[in-house]
Amino acid sequence: MSLDGEAAISVRGLAKAFGEVQALDGVDLDVRRGTVLGLLGPNGAGKTTFVRVLTTLLPPDAGEARVAGLDVVRQARELRERIGLAGQYAAVDENLTGLENLVMVGRLYGAGRRAARSRGTELLERFELDEAGRRPVKTYSGGMRRRLDLAAALVAEPPVLFLDEPTTGLDPRSRLALWDVIEGLVGGGTTVLLTTQYLEEADRLAGMIAVIDHGRLIAEGTSDELKSRVGGIRLEVTLEEGADADLARRALDGMGEDEPVLEDGLVKLSVRERRGTIVEAVRRLSDAGVGVDDLALRRPTLDDVFLTLTGHVAEEQAEADEDEKAMVA
Amino acid sequence: MRRLATDTLIIAERNLVRLPRAPDLLLAFTVQPIMFVLLFRYVFGGAIHTGYRNYADFLIPGIIVQNIAFGGFVTALGLNEDVHKGLIDRFRSLPMARPAVLAGRTLADIVTNLLSVAVLLVAGLIIGFSFKTTVPEALAGVGLLILFGYAFSWFFAFVGLLVSSPESANSVGFIAVFPLTFVSSAFVPIQTFPTVLRDFADVNPFTIMVNAMRHLWEHGHGISGANVWQALLWTAVIFAVFAPVAVARYRRATGG
Repeated sequence: MSLDGEAAISVRGLAKAFGEVQALDGVDLDVRRGTVLGLLGPNGAGKTTFVRVLTTLLPPDAGEARVAGLDVVRQARELRERIGLAGQYAAVDENLTGLENLVMVGRLYGAGRRAARSRGTELLERFELDEAGRRPVKTYSGGMRRRLDLAAALVAEPPVLFLDEPTTGLDPRSRLALWDVIEGLVGGGTTVLLTTQYLEEADRLAGMIAVIDHGRLIAEGTSDELKSRVGGIRLEVTLEEGADADLARRALDGMGEDEPVLEDGLVKLSVRERRGTIVEAVRRLSDAGVGVDDLALRRPTLDDVFLTLTGHVAEEQAEADEDEKAMVA
Repeated sequence: MRRLATDTLIIAERNLVRLPRAPDLLLAFTVQPIMFVLLFRYVFGGAIHTGYRNYADFLIPGIIVQNIAFGGFVTALGLNEDVHKGLIDRFRSLPMARPAVLAGRTLADIVTNLLSVAVLLVAGLIIGFSFKTTVPEALAGVGLLILFGYAFSWFFAFVGLLVSSPESANSVGFIAVFPLTFVSSAFVPIQTFPTVLRDFADVNPFTIMVNAMRHLWEHGHGISGANVWQALLWTAVIFAVFAPVAVARYRRATGG
C-alpha cells in the first residue's frame, strides 16, 4: 500500500520500539482532510508514541508517514509550521500569564510581537480565558490550563491538530466544557487526530475511530460500527443468593441479540433497545420465579470493545510509556 | 541564524519575565551567598592565614567564582521542569531554531549572574573587600566571571536534561561542583593541603579561575596574566564540551 496523497494524515507500516517493547508495530492509517479521527486505546497501547512520531518529536524505526502532505522525517521543519499539538500535560509555562504564553508561542511560530499579541487576545476570548489572561497560569484550574494549552496549539491556525488525551485527569464538568471547545474547532475544517482512553469521548468527537492495542490497529470504523461489534447495550442481572442461574438464562432467552451468559456471577446479555428492557426482564424473571437482587443496563465501555476485539481486557500496558520515560531518565 | 537569534531572545525573555514570579530562586542566589560570605569572613576567616592583609580581599574573588559556577543551576532546574511539564515537547513541535531553547535559557543566566555578582560585590565592599587594581582590570574580571558562568550554564543545561528530577539535578550539581570549588584556592591557600589534594587543586579549573580573579582584582600588572589566559582556556573548553552535548541531549529529550 502506498501513501495516500490526498489524506491529511497518511501512515504506512509505522514502527517504533523502545528497547524490548514494540510501541508501534506496523501501523497503517489514513485520515481524510477536515475529519476527526479518534485513536482509542488503554494506557501504553502506543497512542502517545504514534502522536509523537507524527508531530516530529520522535523518529520512527520503520515505515513512513506524511502529515499535511509533508514527510515527518525528511520535511520535519516545514511540517512543524503546519501542525498544532496539545497534550495531556498542559504544556504551558506556569509562571507566565495566559497571554504571555500565547504571545511566546506565536512569536516562536515566526509572528511579530504585535501580531502574536492580537492573535493571543483573540484566542483567550474564544476560550473564555480573557479575564484570566493577565494572571499567571499557576492560578488556573486544571480545565483552564487545558483550554490554554489547546489555544497555544491553535496559535498558527494549523491545518492538522493533534490532541493527545485532551481531557485525561479532568473533572466531568471541565471535560464537557473542553468537548464543546473541540467540537467548535472541528466545525471549522481542521483535521484532528485525537487520542483517548474513553469510548464516550471518541464517540462524541470523532467521526472515525481506530482502536490500538500493543502498537497495532485492531479495528477501524465509525462509532456505530464499533459498537455493533461490541453488541450495544448490556443487561446485567445480579441474582439473589441461591437463585437458579440456568432458570434465569432460560427466562431471558430471546430478549436480546445473543444468548444470556453467566459471567462473574452475573447473568449478562446484549440488548438493542434501552426502553422497556428492565420492565420486560423483571416480568420474565418474576414469572419464572427467579429472585433478583439487582438489575442494570450498561453502555459498552472501552473494556467491552477490547474484550470483544482482542479477547483480553484493556489492562494497563504501562511498559511502552514507562520505557519512554526511562529513556529520558 | 537570524531565526536562532530571534528565538533565543524570545526564550531568554520568557525566562527573565518568570524570574520575579518565582522568588524562592532569587533568594537562593542572593541571600545564600551572603550567608556564606559572612560565615567565612567572621567564623572561619580569623583562623585562615592567607598572606593577604585582609581575608575579605582573599575571600571575595573565591566566593564569587564559586557562586557564578552555581548560577547556571537555575538552568538545570528550569530545563528539568520544562521536560516534565511537557514544555520541551511543545517547543520541539514548533518551527523554531533547535538550539534556541538552551541558548535562551543560558543567556538569561547572564542577567541573573550579573545580579548575583553585584550583590556579592556590595556585600564584599561592606565587609572590607576592595579593588587594588585599575578600572579596566576590575571590569575585565567581571567579564571573565560572566564568561565562566556562561560556560557553566551549559554544563547545568546538560545536567538538567539528563537527570530525572529537580532533586537529582540538585544532587549532581552539588556532588560534582561543590567539592571542586572547595578543593581549590577559593577559600584557603592550597599550600596547607595534603600532597594529593594539592596536586589536584593545582590543576583544578576553579583554582586557576580564582587565581585569575585575584590577579585582576588584587594584584594587577595588566589583564593578560598567565592565569587569565588559562582561565579563558578552561572556560572555552567547558563551553566546547557541554554546549554540543546539551544540544544533542535536547534533540532527544522527551517529556513524560
